[in-house]
Amino acid sequence: MAKIVAVTGNEAVANALRQASPDVCAIYPITPQTDMMQKYASFIANGKVSTEPILVESEHSSMSACIGASAAGGRVITATSSQGLALMWEMLHIASGDRLPIIMPVVNRALSAPLNIHGDHSDAMGARDTGWIQIWSENAQDAYDNTIQAFRIGEHMDIRLPVMVCLDGFIISHSIERMEYLEDAEVKNFVGEFKNFLPLLDLDKPKSYGPLILTDYYHEYKRAQHEVMTKVKNVVLDVAKDFEKMSGRKYGLFESYRLDDADIALVILNSAAGTSKDVIDSFRNKGIKAGLLKPRLFRPFPYEEVAEALKNTKAVCVMDRADSFGGYGPMFMEISSALYQLKEKPALINKIYGLGGRDYMPSHAELVLNELNEIASSGKIRIVKEYIGVRE
Amino acid sequence: MAETTEIRWHGRGGQGTVTAAKVLADACLSGGRYVQAFPEYGPERAGAPLRAYNRVSSHELRMHCPVLEPDIVAVADATLLDSINVSEGAKENSIFLVNTTKAPKEVREKLKAGKNQKVFSVDATKIAIECFGRALPNAPMLGAICKITGLITLEHLLEDVKKSFGKKFSQKIIDGNLEATKRGYEEVKEG
Repeated sequence: MAKIVAVTGNEAVANALRQASPDVCAIYPITPQTDMMQKYASFIANGKVSTEPILVESEHSSMSACIGASAAGGRVITATSSQGLALMWEMLHIASGDRLPIIMPVVNRALSAPLNIHGDHSDAMGARDTGWIQIWSENAQDAYDNTIQAFRIGEHMDIRLPVMVCLDGFIISHSIERMEYLEDAEVKNFVGEFKNFLPLLDLDKPKSYGPLILTDYYHEYKRAQHEVMTKVKNVVLDVAKDFEKMSGRKYGLFESYRLDDADIALVILNSAAGTSKDVIDSFRNKGIKAGLLKPRLFRPFPYEEVAEALKNTKAVCVMDRADSFGGYGPMFMEISSALYQLKEKPALINKIYGLGGRDYMPSHAELVLNELNEIASSGKIRIVKEYIGVRE
Repeated sequence: MAETTEIRWHGRGGQGTVTAAKVLADACLSGGRYVQAFPEYGPERAGAPLRAYNRVSSHELRMHCPVLEPDIVAVADATLLDSINVSEGAKENSIFLVNTTKAPKEVREKLKAGKNQKVFSVDATKIAIECFGRALPNAPMLGAICKITGLITLEHLLEDVKKSFGKKFSQKIIDGNLEATKRGYEEVKEG
């Protein structure tokens, strides 16, 4: 029986982690993730979970501890945000290169400078090329459900890769919302026992992780990493199917909202997608065929499926809560790449919104949808990339 | 009540306003409703003005942004009436609740409330001091919100106050808060 509660996103995810019974958890605080690991530490202290906590002195050490524990042969977790993820950077590549299925919630927060503790996607977008699987979450329920599924995806014997589960800092991590918890036994059964693959602690079969590979095989090694990423989509879909059987909640590679017959569409991640859906409904009520695509699996990115979902639209705006200064927003580049392969493609624009936690309001979605409506009828794009909600 | 009720709380850091929003969200879960409670996060300083929000709905709440047009405005500290515009974005039928020693009529004049806007006042700080000896107006404010909105029954609210305060405080403080919640419910006046 599911239990309906009103909790913060951080608490929801801490519970998902607890229900998966990890062996080791590396802990280092950073706003807005801190109270997720604080909650998890209280589970350990109160005997609710038997995870071994490792308190470290930095996020670089935190990821290093995870790498060691995972290579040793355990189910391993940590969580971070912003500067913490940035400090982990070199170790992120080692976790994925060594094919270690570490599960890490990332509570998305802006990067310094200037110092800002609020939610945007700069941190995780900066880590998109680290070889980690990335799954993004709209609300507390999504974040909880995605965290549970992440164990099955990352630990799958055909995959063995680390997974980041992204949720918006403060907007989701610190807001209380209604959501449903699954029973501990259901989650335990769904996630299953941790299966080892070449553990270092198997002393009868000594092995080495992270050796020196030069021009002889490095190229092949990286090709193999690419190859395994191509298998992730199917595993994500299979795991989602099983999850739906258990929970009744449906997940895919992305969510299509009123997109089937849409003329204009927004592509938007996480919590802002929810706000946008209400505005899409009001445009539909006015007779404007608006729709929305909310990516869920961002790495590997499902290019063909996204192109298929957007191919009948006339104008699309990709909304980025992160920027690549001097370039387009990171998600715009992906959508653009996906659509390029189509013979006939929609007009495409890019809006940067909500940096450093700037509120994303329904009025912003209205503004963009009105502009898309004009582009759809005139075929003319005023400007490709633009910041919205800027104080002039 | 409309399908979705949106509440904006105004308080000062350290008054328990954020806790009040959280307790209300939890209490409103009953009957299969959807709830949200979230503060506006700034530098957290005692005494600084802050806002917190609630949404309560029979439908799934997808909106993740501050409440701009509140159905209910709850002011936990009357000194805020002089420094910020608590009526900002209020609808023509919004309800105001202010913690003040003043009569609701005076508050109505101060707010320049419209004829379809209801104004209530409660001396929540006095009730709190009398019930548990501290100037934390959140429990009586919750009692008053319960009375004027009918979102939940008093019995249900008291259960939730007991549950959330029970984790942190002694029996004496919990009893004091329960009494304060009841008195807020009974003593709130319309003007």
